[in-house]
Amino acid sequence: MRDRKGSRGSAATAGLLALLIVIMVVVTVYVFVSRPAWSVPPPSITSVGELVDHQYSMTLWVTGVVFVLSQLGLAYAVVRFRDHGQKAHFTRGNNTMEWLWTSATIILFVGLGLLGRKAWVDVRFTEAAPDAIQIEVTANQFVFNFRYPGADGKFGRLDPKLISASTGNAVGIDPNDPAGNDDIVVPTLTVPVNREIDLEIKSQDVIHNFFVRELRLQQDAVPGLVVPLHFTANAIGQYEIVCTQLCGLGHYRMRSVLNVVSYDDYQKFLKEQAPPAPGQ
Amino acid sequence: MSSHAHAAHAVPHAPTGFISKYIFSTDHKVIGIQYYLLALTAVFVGILLSLLMRFHLVWPGAHLPFVPGGVMTPEAYASLVTMHGTIMVFFVLTTAPQGGFGNYFLPIQIGAADMAFPRLNMLSFWVTFLAFVCIVAAFFVPGGAPLSGWTGYAPLSGLGSVTGPGEGWGQTMWIFSIALFCLGALLGALNFIATTIDMRAPGMTLFRMPLTCWGWFVTAILGLLAFGVLLAGGLLLLLDRSAGTSFFAPANVVVNDQLQPHNGGSPLLWQHLFWFFGHPEVYIAILPGMGVASHVLSTFSRKPVFGYRAMAMAICAIGFLGFMVWGHHMFVSGMSPTSAFNFSVLTMSIGVPSAIKTFNWLGTLWGGKIQLKTPMLFALGFVSLFVSGGLSGLFLAQPAVDNLLHGTYYVVAHFHLVMGVAAIFGIFAATYFWFPKMFGRMMSEPLGKLHFWITFAGAYCIFMPMHFLGIAGGIRRYADYTGVQYLAHLQPLHYFMTISAFITGAAQLVFLWNFCWSLKFGEKAPSINPWNATTLEWTTASPPPLDNFAGNYPSVYRGPYDFSVPGAKEDFVPQHLAPELVARVR
Amino acid sequence: MPSSVAPDVELVTTDKSGAGSSGGNGRRGGGGGGEGSGSHGSAAVPQRAYVTGMTIGLGGILMFFMALVSAFIVRKGAANDWGAIEMPRVLWLNTAILVASSFTLAHARKRFLAHDEDGFRHWWGVTTILGVFFLAGQIVAWRQLAAAGVFLATNPSSSFFYVFTAAHGLHLAGGILGLLLVAFRPTHRLTRGTATEIAAMYWHFMDGLWVFLFAVLLLGR
Repeated sequence: MRDRKGSRGSAATAGLLALLIVIMVVVTVYVFVSRPAWSVPPPSITSVGELVDHQYSMTLWVTGVVFVLSQLGLAYAVVRFRDHGQKAHFTRGNNTMEWLWTSATIILFVGLGLLGRKAWVDVRFTEAAPDAIQIEVTANQFVFNFRYPGADGKFGRLDPKLISASTGNAVGIDPNDPAGNDDIVVPTLTVPVNREIDLEIKSQDVIHNFFVRELRLQQDAVPGLVVPLHFTANAIGQYEIVCTQLCGLGHYRMRSVLNVVSYDDYQKFLKEQAPPAPGQ
Repeated sequence: MSSHAHAAHAVPHAPTGFISKYIFSTDHKVIGIQYYLLALTAVFVGILLSLLMRFHLVWPGAHLPFVPGGVMTPEAYASLVTMHGTIMVFFVLTTAPQGGFGNYFLPIQIGAADMAFPRLNMLSFWVTFLAFVCIVAAFFVPGGAPLSGWTGYAPLSGLGSVTGPGEGWGQTMWIFSIALFCLGALLGALNFIATTIDMRAPGMTLFRMPLTCWGWFVTAILGLLAFGVLLAGGLLLLLDRSAGTSFFAPANVVVNDQLQPHNGGSPLLWQHLFWFFGHPEVYIAILPGMGVASHVLSTFSRKPVFGYRAMAMAICAIGFLGFMVWGHHMFVSGMSPTSAFNFSVLTMSIGVPSAIKTFNWLGTLWGGKIQLKTPMLFALGFVSLFVSGGLSGLFLAQPAVDNLLHGTYYVVAHFHLVMGVAAIFGIFAATYFWFPKMFGRMMSEPLGKLHFWITFAGAYCIFMPMHFLGIAGGIRRYADYTGVQYLAHLQPLHYFMTISAFITGAAQLVFLWNFCWSLKFGEKAPSINPWNATTLEWTTASPPPLDNFAGNYPSVYRGPYDFSVPGAKEDFVPQHLAPELVARVR
Repeated sequence: MPSSVAPDVELVTTDKSGAGSSGGNGRRGGGGGGEGSGSHGSAAVPQRAYVTGMTIGLGGILMFFMALVSAFIVRKGAANDWGAIEMPRVLWLNTAILVASSFTLAHARKRFLAHDEDGFRHWWGVTTILGVFFLAGQIVAWRQLAAAGVFLATNPSSSFFYVFTAAHGLHLAGGILGLLLVAFRPTHRLTRGTATEIAAMYWHFMDGLWVFLFAVLLLGR
């Protein structure tokens, strides 16, 4: 145990391990701090999204500090206390420290969790305003379809037996229900800026997911369920909609686009997409 | 009444013949090695699958070996995702730490001659082996392997081949395999718990057990309570697929314009059943490694574990809380938002005992006399990787933040760091540490260190970038990113990770070589206790005799980590040494 | 005095073998030798380990059934296609038979503990036969339902009926096998007392489990 050569060897080993850990910490912190394009989501376009980003930053600070301190502490310990002929300092522990760091961790972690409540509640616990624009999102292997109620403001009845993508009835609108005659079904989602949108998310077959990074929102589309999701986009632009729940072989190509446009452009879109009135 | 007539002997007469010694053996040491070899086979299969995946992500059109048709199709990719996850989680992480090392060393570390139920032990292994045969068979049945992920969400997994290739026979084989695995795991858990409760040596109170034993004990309790639930879920899924029931399949499901004959089932029910099992499962994967880390850190720092009692209680707390957090996998599933928030608070709480363990590991090292042998390097690596992987969990535990990260590579980074690396490091540490005891020879230190450096650096190179990939919007389980315009700028990350993966994968061959070569040609262990450790396995021959102690059963006089005790002549006091026999400094 | 197989190592300064084991054999520390195995140290598996094992095993089985019951509750509330089936009346008879068999089993154990071998065998046999009647009765219930056109996939209520009864019946069949093994197979590791004790634990558990499952099925209509 008084192996000089071993001690020399272990200095190199300790140094290398500490160095690797330090490099890992420095690179990781650098990337998180400098935020290159490949390490950040695109800017959010909702006020709820800002809450999410704020909560994310708070969490990053807390975990970042713990991360740096524990990893560097580990690296330090390995170098400082490597065997170079010394005796180990005998101790079975320290109850005071145990209580201290346990309490600190409880307060920190649970506190962080409670802080994030508002960002969750604002979306999930509140219902959309009564005048929110209702749009039905229907996912299936491997496309999204978006249904607007049309001029009458009412969705037509659906019949799953009528679903036929090949003949243009992707969501199975029942032609016997007049309310469905003016329903608009399109493969991309167009919404006006600064208006509340109330999505009703459904699936025809397996579990899919509706995710837009910029909204900081996603929701599984579950067959047999209709799940509401409301948001208000505050920036005009085009944003990717992706499916994040493995849904079969086409999962990787199940995408659509969210078009946030001015209110006038939205009205134009509705007019252009409106199906011809019966008899024309 | 003669004690001989009624004493139940754990150890039968020594078996003769190759079959009863090495194939159908009831000796826990043989069974432990069988589990370990099963896991070793499984891990190389799992690594191969992941390398195929990583290769495909960067060179999607390339011709690949092992792939039917030569070029990987999206469905083949999705089935690789499924099989990689299933094989690694079940047949590596739930097999090597518990079935392998737990079987081998729990009885010895508590001073027993064998497990409480040796024949049940043998049955557990062979049922698990059969499960492995079934999962490998899934590759070769008509339609190929399933593509619903290791999580097998219904109704993708519950409607048969109409939802995709591999969802016919492949998914059925998956269910058979998992069901058999559940049975084997339940039998094993039973054995571990009964052994720990009833077979401890005189003086071996629960709070004198090595932390490895605490890890195996709590893991077994988790397994006992969790695997039955998965078995139930698997049964119901099988019935939905083949008997026309509708447990998980709702009404009006239309696949490829065809209305499916199901009614009113709940897809979320599958998720609840699966994750009620699935969350404890990941603690099953990590707790033995935590026990090993504590054990090795203490031994190679020549210091007691800092806060031994707190460490044991933390293992129990993690196990207990582990049953209450499963909903954090379901934040965006359509589950009630209130439930989601409650699960979130509980999940943030489970970070507390994990943090306690981390602080205590650092405390163990602090002021120590650290000997940087290969087992210790892997234990140190375990701590670093567990910190990294555990902290990213705090993001995912909050539903608001999960809105951004669910289903992205961020999740993949998190669980790979804690399971796919930290838990694996626990297995490596255990292997290098206990190899001399199991085989009487040392593994090569230089090769071990080489294996460590490449794997440690390589693992970080593979999985750290995944966090950024996920935050930026890289979705998981995608077969192809090269055609995705808005993710094109992330492709260099994929390239970097793939190269790292291949290098790290190759380094595992160093381990394999070291393991096999040392079995025959490794330097003979200089003594039965080459690490100067304190626990009972180091008091007996290497490898231990059939009844572990050659009739010389130890009693225990102290806790398991008495290193550098003031007043003792040696820097370690073994557990079995009577106080009057401990050499003291004048 | 058993000699140490492991060579004396230079790292341990004292003879650990002699002191260790002789010091240990007389102790009643925290485990190891149980009743009747004193001088054999910890090579012996104490009889209570089998009771522990059975208790733990029943815990695992309980979780399996609790998962099925949870699925029952969730599925019932998930849609309005439950289709509550009429429980075949024979189930009440079967339940009575199974409950009675627990009493006969308890009686058999009493006879065993009183060293009344004939009485034990008699009542143990009665229990086994009652168990077989229970299973036969369950099959009768199945056939009655099939005759009424109610099968596994008819509706969720029937699905759970068949799943509950099949899973329980399978476990009970295992219990009957256990009773037969205790009656006819000589024991090596377990004493007969332990064997009857754990077989009885299993049987009473299966009885109670059936009453519980039956109650769930009834309440679920």
